[in-house]
Amino acid sequence: MSRRKRGEKGTTYFDYSLLFILIFLLCFGLVMLYSSSSYTSANKYGDSAHYLKLQLRNILVGLVPMIFFAKVDYRIWRKFGTLAYLGSFFLCVLVMLPIPGLVRSSHGQSRWLNLGPLSFQPSELAKIAMIIFLAMLIEKIPKQLDKFSSIVKVGAILLPLLGVVAYNNLSTAVIIFAIAVCMLFVASPRYAQFIGVGIAGIAFVVVFILFASYRSDRVDAWLHPETAGDAGFQTLQGLYAIGSGKLFGKGLGQSLQKMGNVPEAQNDMIFSIICEELGLFGAICVVLLFLLLLWRMMIIANNAKDLYGALLVTGVMSHIAIQVILNIAVVTNTIPNTGVILPFISYGGTSLVFLMGEMGLVLSVSKGIRLETIESIG
Amino acid sequence: MEWNKTYHRRKICVIFFGVLLCAVVLLGRLVYLMLFRGDYYSGLATDLQQRERKIKAARGKILDANGEVLASNKSVCTISVIHNQIKDPEAVISMLVKELGLPEEKVRKRVEKYSSIEKIKSNVDKETGNRILAYGYAGVKVDEDYKRDYPYDDLASKVLGFTGGDNQGIIGLEAVYDSYLQGSDGMILTTTDARGVEVNNIGEERVEPIAGNNLRISMDANIQMFAEQAAEKAYIQKEADSVSIIVMNPQNGELMAMVDYPEFNLNEPFVLTGEYEQYVGTEEEQDYLNQMWRNHCINDTYEPGSTFKIITASAALEEKVVSLEESFYCPGYIVVEDRRIRCHKTTGHGAESFVEGIENSCNPVFINIGLRIGADRFYDYFEQFGLLEKTHIDLPGEAATIMHKRENIGLVELATISFGQSFQITPIQLATTVSSIINGGTRITPHFGVQVEDTDGTVTESFTYDTREGVCSEETSETMRYLLEKVVSEGGGNKAYIEGYEIGGKTATSQTLPRSANRYISSFLGFAPADDPQVLVLVIIRNPSGVYYGGTIAAPVAKEIFENILPYLELK
Repeated sequence: MSRRKRGEKGTTYFDYSLLFILIFLLCFGLVMLYSSSSYTSANKYGDSAHYLKLQLRNILVGLVPMIFFAKVDYRIWRKFGTLAYLGSFFLCVLVMLPIPGLVRSSHGQSRWLNLGPLSFQPSELAKIAMIIFLAMLIEKIPKQLDKFSSIVKVGAILLPLLGVVAYNNLSTAVIIFAIAVCMLFVASPRYAQFIGVGIAGIAFVVVFILFASYRSDRVDAWLHPETAGDAGFQTLQGLYAIGSGKLFGKGLGQSLQKMGNVPEAQNDMIFSIICEELGLFGAICVVLLFLLLLWRMMIIANNAKDLYGALLVTGVMSHIAIQVILNIAVVTNTIPNTGVILPFISYGGTSLVFLMGEMGLVLSVSKGIRLETIESIG
Repeated sequence: MEWNKTYHRRKICVIFFGVLLCAVVLLGRLVYLMLFRGDYYSGLATDLQQRERKIKAARGKILDANGEVLASNKSVCTISVIHNQIKDPEAVISMLVKELGLPEEKVRKRVEKYSSIEKIKSNVDKETGNRILAYGYAGVKVDEDYKRDYPYDDLASKVLGFTGGDNQGIIGLEAVYDSYLQGSDGMILTTTDARGVEVNNIGEERVEPIAGNNLRISMDANIQMFAEQAAEKAYIQKEADSVSIIVMNPQNGELMAMVDYPEFNLNEPFVLTGEYEQYVGTEEEQDYLNQMWRNHCINDTYEPGSTFKIITASAALEEKVVSLEESFYCPGYIVVEDRRIRCHKTTGHGAESFVEGIENSCNPVFINIGLRIGADRFYDYFEQFGLLEKTHIDLPGEAATIMHKRENIGLVELATISFGQSFQITPIQLATTVSSIINGGTRITPHFGVQVEDTDGTVTESFTYDTREGVCSEETSETMRYLLEKVVSEGGGNKAYIEGYEIGGKTATSQTLPRSANRYISSFLGFAPADDPQVLVLVIIRNPSGVYYGGTIAAPVAKEIFENILPYLELK
């Protein structure tokens, strides 16, 4: 844990450990991205560093919001909560409309918005908007959260945004919903209702899967990837890659599954290539690295100057935790396939930029910690 | 400000530990997948990532008793194309059309087919393969391969058998000893990406093929050739349907030759030849191929006729119902129940001793002693001599004996059995049974397979065959050798007599069913030397034209063979 002095302002804190873990994850991600994409991108684009260059650009772009959020006092965002909510809602609705030149869809599901040279997915924006909005809302009505009815009211306020996001991308909506539940859980003194909400949420997902036919194909591919044909192809190829890794892996760059067998190995399935090349040992290291990152965030949340900061960090922490868990669960075929990326490692522009922005937010909260309060956590 | 409430902090910790719990579960899943299922998944992955090309193993040779090669291999090539690696499909197509002489559309279809590896042609000779290799076109693979080669073409074709496209034995010894002859194929494993393109920097993995073992058989190519020439001569002279000759060692069951003329060319087994040529291209082509490959020595039964009297006489001597000096009277027929059964000499042999009865092959004498033995006891001897079971020769498709049921044998049936009619056995069964009578009473298993040798000639396995002693007494055996020598020196087998040699034997002429067709099978069974038989010859001529008596036409064939092989085997 690092500390530094800031003259007359007294002893302040900045979480260098978190920053270091983040930088390490990003660099490790670049190495694995290059390893998993170089062979196919050399064949497809004639440039083995095609995806590496793009991801490097994404990181550089992401540094802008990260530094910005880290520099600016996070308490300012209280004033922008409602604006964030309405803005992301508006963009999510906009992306549903077939406006040529403005809306682009890829893979049939994710929808993109073209804004000049930049294009991004509003659903990714909705995640960070939800965190900022909900933190503001909860801070305004902390006492009322003792009652279950007010939690229901908060839920009703969130429903429109959840609805439009779910229309575009169900897994993103599930993540936003889970972030909201985590934040409310921390704010409320109660436990029982959340267990109820958790069970209801799981029941909802199960029912949804059973009644939507294209999703039950995915369930079939989950239970029997060997016989599910095309639907189980990606899962099965991922399992081949994971199983080939054994204890210490084939060595960095030695994956054979990345040569077109695992489709788009640099995206959702990158963890399977990590397993193949670095083995169980490497996979455990990656998971531990994420746990370390989350642990730092827990420390920051617990020592935040105010409830608002704590809630912001809780939101970011649950966001990253859910994505990591869902991604690894999908890759290891523990749950049915759903397109969730591995934060900081998978290839992807919008999500990386917003994730780095969120990390800036956390760093900003960490700056607000007064050192005398840290003693208790050593 | 409601911050610093302990429950907030506690709940943040609850979330973190919830995440920790999930992480532990997922790590458990990873341990399961990577350590416990690792071999399973990596095996499947390797199957997927590697393209394998077979390297055929050389099939073992078949060697005769003197080490002469009867079946070996010729190096040929298999030409295949790998779709994804072809750079110039048009050039490849025109080159393959030119070199292989295949129609263009056929080659085009295979070259343009999207598959991992596509075979264009197998059994291409070595020079063509080398020429194709010299073009150096990407995506064209020339793999070394073997084709079975039979240097003697049609020698012992029905015994040796041949192999199919995958080098597997189809009939004959090739089929029976397939597991010894077949080596294990090798493989060239090439790692490829998902499109099937070879991945550079990863070398080819080679699993070397293991050549098959050689099979040493008891056949002597020279004796087989003598026998085949004799069979061919009789086949042509007598315009017969077929001529079968078995030459075996009656002491241990080793077969020295087995001919079933006409034979076929082993290097072109799927081409109908001779009398079957007219059926080429008809729907029944396969049926006629099966007929052409059929070995009558073991696959078909026939009524043995008078050669079977050897067995009737042995049974009577064992049962002690007749002595050599006993006299009989043949009026030219004998009445059994209401049936009048004629002797082949319709005027009758008159008064004769038992010895003369055998020399004359007189039916009434044998019916007489058959009736003395009785149906039940005769059936027991059938069993004792091994006639009811197969010989278990090491060739496929041996036919079983067709015999009356014990309880159905009346006097008439007994009478006809006594001179070798109304039941059917295979030629090899007759040769084997007579061998066991004349060798002192040991039932032997007729066989070709002697031992398995590796490529250096070291014996890796010697075959042993079942024997059963006590088929008949040594005394009976000796008497039978004496009697059968008399048949050749003084009786109906005199056309097989060779000056300076002691040969025993018996002739037969049997009418095939239906009797009205007047078709005959002439046969002669002989052995030498008569007092210590080392070689037994059985000659069967099916449906000869003109004279059909076994003593007249089959015995000279046996004589010719004996004249050739007795000096060759240095037997006196």
